[in-house]
Amino acid sequence: MPPASPPAIVDLAETLASASAPLSPMALAWRRFRRHRMAIFGSAVLGLLMLYISFGGLLWARGYCAPLQQTLSGEAWANCNDTRQKLQPPSAEHWFGTDVIGRDIFARTIYGGQISLLIGIAAALMEVVLGSVIGAVAAYYGGWVDSALMRFTEAMLNIPSLFLLIIGARFFGAGLPSFNLFGRELTGSVLVIIVIIGATSWMYLARIVRANVLSLREREYVAAARALGVSNARIIFTHLLPNTLAPLIVSATLGVANAIISEAYVSFLGLGVQGATATWGNMLDGAYQYLEQAPWLWFFPGTLILLTVLSINFVGDGLRDAFDPHGNAQV
Amino acid sequence: MANYILRRLAQAIPQLFIISVILFALMQGFGDPVATLGARTPPRQEDKERLRRMLGLDQPMYVQYLVWLIGNDWMKLDMDGDGVPETPGQRKGILRGDFGNSLVTRRPVLEMIADRLPNTLLLMLTAEAVIIVASLAIGIYSAARQYSLADNVITAFSFIGFSMPVFWLALTLMYIFAVNFKRWGLPYLPTVGMFDPAVGKTAGELARHLVLPVATLAIISIAGYSRFVRSSMLEVLNQDYIRTARAKGLTRSQALWRHALQNAALPFITIIGLDLPFLLAGAVVTERIFAWPGMGRLFIDHTERSDYPVLMGILMLIAAAVVVFQIITDVFYSFLDPRIRLA
Repeated sequence: MPPASPPAIVDLAETLASASAPLSPMALAWRRFRRHRMAIFGSAVLGLLMLYISFGGLLWARGYCAPLQQTLSGEAWANCNDTRQKLQPPSAEHWFGTDVIGRDIFARTIYGGQISLLIGIAAALMEVVLGSVIGAVAAYYGGWVDSALMRFTEAMLNIPSLFLLIIGARFFGAGLPSFNLFGRELTGSVLVIIVIIGATSWMYLARIVRANVLSLREREYVAAARALGVSNARIIFTHLLPNTLAPLIVSATLGVANAIISEAYVSFLGLGVQGATATWGNMLDGAYQYLEQAPWLWFFPGTLILLTVLSINFVGDGLRDAFDPHGNAQV
Repeated sequence: MANYILRRLAQAIPQLFIISVILFALMQGFGDPVATLGARTPPRQEDKERLRRMLGLDQPMYVQYLVWLIGNDWMKLDMDGDGVPETPGQRKGILRGDFGNSLVTRRPVLEMIADRLPNTLLLMLTAEAVIIVASLAIGIYSAARQYSLADNVITAFSFIGFSMPVFWLALTLMYIFAVNFKRWGLPYLPTVGMFDPAVGKTAGELARHLVLPVATLAIISIAGYSRFVRSSMLEVLNQDYIRTARAKGLTRSQALWRHALQNAALPFITIIGLDLPFLLAGAVVTERIFAWPGMGRLFIDHTERSDYPVLMGILMLIAAAVVVFQIITDVFYSFLDPRIRLA
């Protein structure tokens, strides 16, 4: 009779078997992300902010608009300007006070938050698309394509981004017609701001993607794909870019934070979203002239920007550690 | 070494050329500079045309770019619009040091920048000194006490610090130290300008006016840099030669200051050198809020009036500074770290 295997060894074998259960890299990353306390805290705050800007309007944004002599709710209330109520400090009626032309700041932070987040996410998407395509194309084709694209990237990097933003904002102006999104009427300058921020922020990502693709394109599976006659575009989009997903996700996350701050900068300098559409950034435009009389003008939108950016940065930091526990990635 | 510097400078030339083309092309979309020249009374149509001819704005874009780049002092221009060139060109082009004249004030761009540059440099260099000292101090402190309560508090604050929009920080500082301190009867700080006209241009006044803008510029950078110093210190502290230094009898602080800091400072110097010219851009918002008469405000004021020679002048100076500082940083680094050979 063969001796029964000692229980300790069976235990060990079981542990090994369960530990080596095939976990995809994504599942591993998720497991590490969950253990990152700051990132979980950031996600929670971000979740609350999302609830605030998505449902806050339904719950709290209504009031009696004296100039129109009716009770308004939703965005109409956020845009109702009662000049007799201008620059009121926070009160039961106007929780965050009123602005220079008597609009309710509380309601405007809700609807402005939607636009700021829309701008942040859309601009980050554009950054990722531009950065990954330019980086991957440069690395994959090499030669003069690479040097032309990289010289262009370096040139853009050598102009401080705030100047690029200002020049971009002046270049595109506000010549676009307004458009409709999710039942909201938005001025064309929202699109302009998205394009400007996206078009001036892709350079670092392009460099990271290029570095990754440079090493990936020498792998056997790329050579195999090429031997099978797979087209260049398909190799880039289905074989190379998915393998450099980690820096893309991290850059996209941090890109949202950067875009929200950039929107605020451009708006602060009076070149941002125009018209009645509120954003956290353009609520700050000119607020510094009322530093003494009305600190609530800049305090609430500014603090919301800070909170959003802070929690996105926490999440981005957690993602970076989750994808790259040894800290090797050049993100 | 001399070869290396020469080669890097030669590479910088096409780069600055590309930058100038991108910027010049973008500025053509700024709208008509002549439209705003008449202030409240819009100029008549024929005056506009004459102005455009005199300023060279009637030429196609590539001609305007070439005039900006290499000048036109060998050509005759048609100023009176009769189709016969008669007036000799005046411009020398930026390659010969002529940045052109402002479309708004007609003053030479270089002169206008030279008026403002010292103010910006004063603000920037003071801020930079504060940034270097504070980030080294904070970074070393938190690396030496990794995961202590103080380190965790510093970590939390640095995250808040680099998530803060500059203007939010500026407004908060102004609200606390200028508005409320005044209200509470405490000694308060001024918020705008460089001098109080009632007191005059004294050094003390200048220092008082510097506090808030410098704090604004510095706090955000310190948040990022102190993290950087902390992580490079931690990396060095884990090296074998630190253990060796401790084993041969050096105290903890001797090992920290003499062996660790010297090595950890190298990447910090690089990042400071590369970021220095970019502080100029950070100063745009700060100068605007604190009404500091520097280059950033010159830029903003003249953006609104599509004054492209001024904008091009400022941007090309900054781009050149960025490129030159990249070279200086590389060379300096190779002096400090003999392991690095420039080739």
